[in-house]
Amino acid sequence: MKILVCISNVPDTTSKINFTGDNKNFDKNGVQYVINPWDEYALTRAIELKEAKGGSVTVLNVGEADAEPNIRKALAIGADDAIRVNAHPKDAYFVAQQITAVAKEGGYDMILMGKESIDYNGFQVHNMVGEMMGIPSVTPAFKLDMVDDSTARLEREIEGGKEVVEVKLPFVASAQQPMCEPRIPNMRGIMTARTKPLKVVEPTGAEAKSEYVNYSKPEKKSGVKMIDAENAGEVIKLLRNEAKVL
Amino acid sequence: MSVLVFVEGLNGEIKKSSLEAATYGSQVAQAMGTSATAVAIGDVNEDALSRLGEQGISKVLYDADDRLKQFVADAYVKVIAKAAQQENAKVLVFSNSNIGAAVGSKLAVRLNGSLATNVTELPKIDGGNFTVTRGVFSGKAFADVNLTSDVKIIAVKKNSTDIISNAGSTATVEKLSADLADADFASAPKETVMQDTSGGVLLQEAEIVVSGGRGMKGPENWHLIEELAKELGAATACSKPVSDIGWRPHHEHVGQTGITVSPNLYIAAGISGAIQHLAGVNSSKVIVVINKDPEAPFFKAADYGIVGDALEVLPKLIEAAKALDK
Repeated sequence: MKILVCISNVPDTTSKINFTGDNKNFDKNGVQYVINPWDEYALTRAIELKEAKGGSVTVLNVGEADAEPNIRKALAIGADDAIRVNAHPKDAYFVAQQITAVAKEGGYDMILMGKESIDYNGFQVHNMVGEMMGIPSVTPAFKLDMVDDSTARLEREIEGGKEVVEVKLPFVASAQQPMCEPRIPNMRGIMTARTKPLKVVEPTGAEAKSEYVNYSKPEKKSGVKMIDAENAGEVIKLLRNEAKVL
Repeated sequence: MSVLVFVEGLNGEIKKSSLEAATYGSQVAQAMGTSATAVAIGDVNEDALSRLGEQGISKVLYDADDRLKQFVADAYVKVIAKAAQQENAKVLVFSNSNIGAAVGSKLAVRLNGSLATNVTELPKIDGGNFTVTRGVFSGKAFADVNLTSDVKIIAVKKNSTDIISNAGSTATVEKLSADLADADFASAPKETVMQDTSGGVLLQEAEIVVSGGRGMKGPENWHLIEELAKELGAATACSKPVSDIGWRPHHEHVGQTGITVSPNLYIAAGISGAIQHLAGVNSSKVIVVINKDPEAPFFKAADYGIVGDALEVLPKLIEAAKALDK
């Protein structure tokens, strides 16, 4: 079974978010980058399936060279090889086009990724790839198992419940917890990752369909009003009469 | 040319998030000098459809195919694409739900359109520019995005639109048939399991959320969270550590890697307010924090704070909530 896992290189979850150049650009200064946490579920589950059923796991990133440390990390966790499409990920449509081009050439049985990236929160790419490839996309999935060699059984979240879906290979799925316990690299993994193949390819000529022009941050709270614990019930009255939310 | 809104039904009625999308869509239509049409799929009765007039919808297209009562992406996409073509829709509006965003993404490919999800404000339409604001960096920032294609698709973040209700206005309801074939239902779910929400409120749609963290000291104390939620008509939620250690199910986990909520009121009991948790809740309109540590970072993001043991404070809140005129 050939599995393609798409990963994003994103600011660590603890990052303070700032912008530069008149709020036109994200300020990378002092920001640590990590593998998108949602993508870690997809990566670990892919490796678990490979260990159980055989096959290979290829990691794909659409990004610039500064993503390579985290691509190596994915190899250290257990992926077999990696592809980086050498381009700034302009928007979801652009990224989906790049993934589709790689996926068509590679002939994968399964294309997995996180349900969204924690920086742009699009929740778009997996469904776009499914549509571009003409194969099913099951998102967001929190359980993924093989029924037999050609059929997978997934559980996906819908508002207020879940759906159990069976699909034939090939398909696209996006992952969220509790699909698996994401792995961290061990020393042996880190050593072997250095020599695993990482291929850099140039992007297709696809155009983005949206353009990020400006960023802003939420307004700061004006300050907290403290209520004595002894009279804690007072807050309920304030919520009704002052904040008017009850 | 028109604006097309996708509305989802549940148990015969239209979901609150879809009423928000309908309001948003009719406001966009007004700004563009055109009318808003809704396309409805699923389990919804005709009376509820005609009442979409209250949100400014003039016409509703309804595909009554029984097979559409459960979500099947390919079939939904086909129905909405047909409606978009029939109405010559240049703007399509969805709720940013797992269903709405999924269908919107597929339609962006099929209709060659620009898509923005997680949109928080009405578009700014200025000459040739059509700019929307969307939440990015998991609630820590907003981005203004130009949608550059002829067709624009918008998935509106839940609870970011105040629903308008012009009492008495009705929409005309017309049947729509997309001539669906069995092949369109090939990826239909084997089984759909809904959570038991009897008497409860769905977290993603809730206007009030009561949430607990490790300061609740154990799952046996959750009745306090549930009781306060019941009194306030709220949904219950929890922090990541609480779902990781199994005190509460994963689908209640609110935060950067869980569910993002933006209710009118978020009450956090025994949650310290790690940056990852704040990212999931900081677009809540009013935040109440109960924590025994006066230095807990959550107080900086709160509107009202109580320093005290959640297990002692919550009963006082429950008592006060019971005393409110309902």
